[in-house]
Amino acid sequence: MSYLLETLLGGLLAGIMYSLVAIGFVLIYKSSGVFNFAQGALVLFAALTFVSLVERGVPFLAAIAVTAAVMIIVAVLVERLVLRPLVNRPPVTLFMATLGLSYILEGTAQALWGADVHGLDLGIDDVPVSIAGLRLSRFDLIASATAGGLVALLALLANRTRMGRSLRAVADDPLAALSVGVRLPRIWRRVWSLAGLVGLIAGLLWGARSGVQFSLTLVVLKAMPVLIIGGFDSIGGAVVGGLIVGAAEKLAEVYVGPIVGGGIENWFPYVLAVGLLLARPAGLFGDRTVERV
Amino acid sequence: MSVARVLPITTSAGQGAAWQHRAVLVPRLAAAALLLAGAIWAVPGLADDYWLSAILVPFLILSLAALGLNLLTGFAGQLSVGTAAFMATGAYTAYNVAARLPDVPLLVAFAAGGLAAALLGALAGLPSGRIKGFYLVVCTLAVQFFVEWAFTRFRWFSGDNSSGQVAVPALRLGGHLLDTPRAHYWLVLGVVGALTWVARNIAHSELGRRFLAVRDMDTAAAVIGIPVLRTKLLAFAISSFYCGVAGALWGFVYLGAFDPRAWELSRSFQVLFIIIIGGMGSLAGSFVGAAFMLLFPILMSRVASTLLSGTIDQGTLSNYQKIVFGALIIFFLIKEPLGLASVGRALWRRVRVWPLRQW
Repeated sequence: MSYLLETLLGGLLAGIMYSLVAIGFVLIYKSSGVFNFAQGALVLFAALTFVSLVERGVPFLAAIAVTAAVMIIVAVLVERLVLRPLVNRPPVTLFMATLGLSYILEGTAQALWGADVHGLDLGIDDVPVSIAGLRLSRFDLIASATAGGLVALLALLANRTRMGRSLRAVADDPLAALSVGVRLPRIWRRVWSLAGLVGLIAGLLWGARSGVQFSLTLVVLKAMPVLIIGGFDSIGGAVVGGLIVGAAEKLAEVYVGPIVGGGIENWFPYVLAVGLLLARPAGLFGDRTVERV
Repeated sequence: MSVARVLPITTSAGQGAAWQHRAVLVPRLAAAALLLAGAIWAVPGLADDYWLSAILVPFLILSLAALGLNLLTGFAGQLSVGTAAFMATGAYTAYNVAARLPDVPLLVAFAAGGLAAALLGALAGLPSGRIKGFYLVVCTLAVQFFVEWAFTRFRWFSGDNSSGQVAVPALRLGGHLLDTPRAHYWLVLGVVGALTWVARNIAHSELGRRFLAVRDMDTAAAVIGIPVLRTKLLAFAISSFYCGVAGALWGFVYLGAFDPRAWELSRSFQVLFIIIIGGMGSLAGSFVGAAFMLLFPILMSRVASTLLSGTIDQGTLSNYQKIVFGALIIFFLIKEPLGLASVGRALWRRVRVWPLRQW
């Protein structure tokens, strides 16, 4: 029984890490309707920049500040060079543009900083801690606390600030938002900056866990089923989706995996997500859309 | 804004008066015949073995896969990133048929590969009745990962050999052994040519028009009485058939020995990029895009080696290639959303009435 609980909790905590990637994704989808495949590349770009700065002797906090500034510059460039020229194009076109963007970001990150695997030490020891008789990873606990804090912060930002209001207005109805004077390009710049910063945090945590390397871009593939389950436009959904995927993945690995020969964690979350989609086409928390001719 | 205003409805020569019909059709047929004759006799005469087996054969095969994806994405409007999975299914089915039933002719094994892929495609397309857009992309992603896993995990598919590598039997066609690059080229050209002709007819048939209607707005298509789910499933099945045959050709003719890594997700993206660059909803675009996709990296490394002569290593070069490629994709989406095919069409219009201008 306690083994089951430990597996479940371990999965939930790992799921939070998926949510971290998914949140950056939701931010962009919510405000601009762009299915941003480049979020994984943003994570890699941020983590690689940070690690390379630290390795060149830049102090920890300064490196974070510089990386954050770089991510904001990236966001401004993306808005200027990709989003603005593609305004009013079908969503599929924008999706494909982000595929191109992910190539550019991956290429740039590796051309600048090399393709080696970097270790990243955040000073958090990954030691098991015992809570109420259950052994849990300390690193996972800190990661999930970070994610929880991030969600709370974003919720506060969305509900309590002027910027959050305009962001929600754009998400609700871009044309109406434009007509009352919300400046769309500015919103896009800010949202992409935010997504870049969330990517930085995700990159730090993922990088500390598995090393900063090219495979970081693959976390975007882990985040897809999370998004499907949570809905593309709900931050809370991204968190719940991450928890469900993390838990289901671990449980399936332990209890179903041996039957079919293991290695199922790559596709099991997808099958789960597709199954859920068939029942609820807009995810658990997504908005239902009504189609008119 | 809907896709309708961006992608053209490809008009067939059949519209308008009869004299116009003949005036359009005769030069087109002549051009097609000339192109085919050139591809059959002139190209193998001019190209050496390296060009035939390292560029022309993969070019034709990738064009076929792109043609399949174009039918699904460019014509029927269903975005898929599972192309590589369908290709792998085609290759493995063809291999199992050819290896386990040695009497079955090669082309039948290819067709079996295509049919198996079509079946999987129809299955993958089932959710499209209920979900749309990006949610559907994730469904095709699910198929991609599942197929990769299944072919890696279950050794039965690769003839129970422990390395997972599959070596295909010798290619025979009606008693002739096909073992020269030229014979490989002709085999691929024959298959791709025939399937291209079929695709052209599908595009101009009632089914093709239904695809367009579903692409432009499926709710509206349902209102005018088009069976939307059946049309989408057909699109998935036909597209996957093309990808399956392309996969079988890729494994049998181009690679000769393969394992599941030949059809990873990046291959799906490669085919998707081909139709973006070549032109969504254009059959010719599939070929133009594939040519660009294969020749561009070669061109870039040639340019780099002559300009920078040795100061740049392969890893750095591949990074720059990635950057330029990503930038090109964005450039095409912004400046030429209809791809190279529409650049070609515009050029042709200018040339035809030169030195005058078309109204």
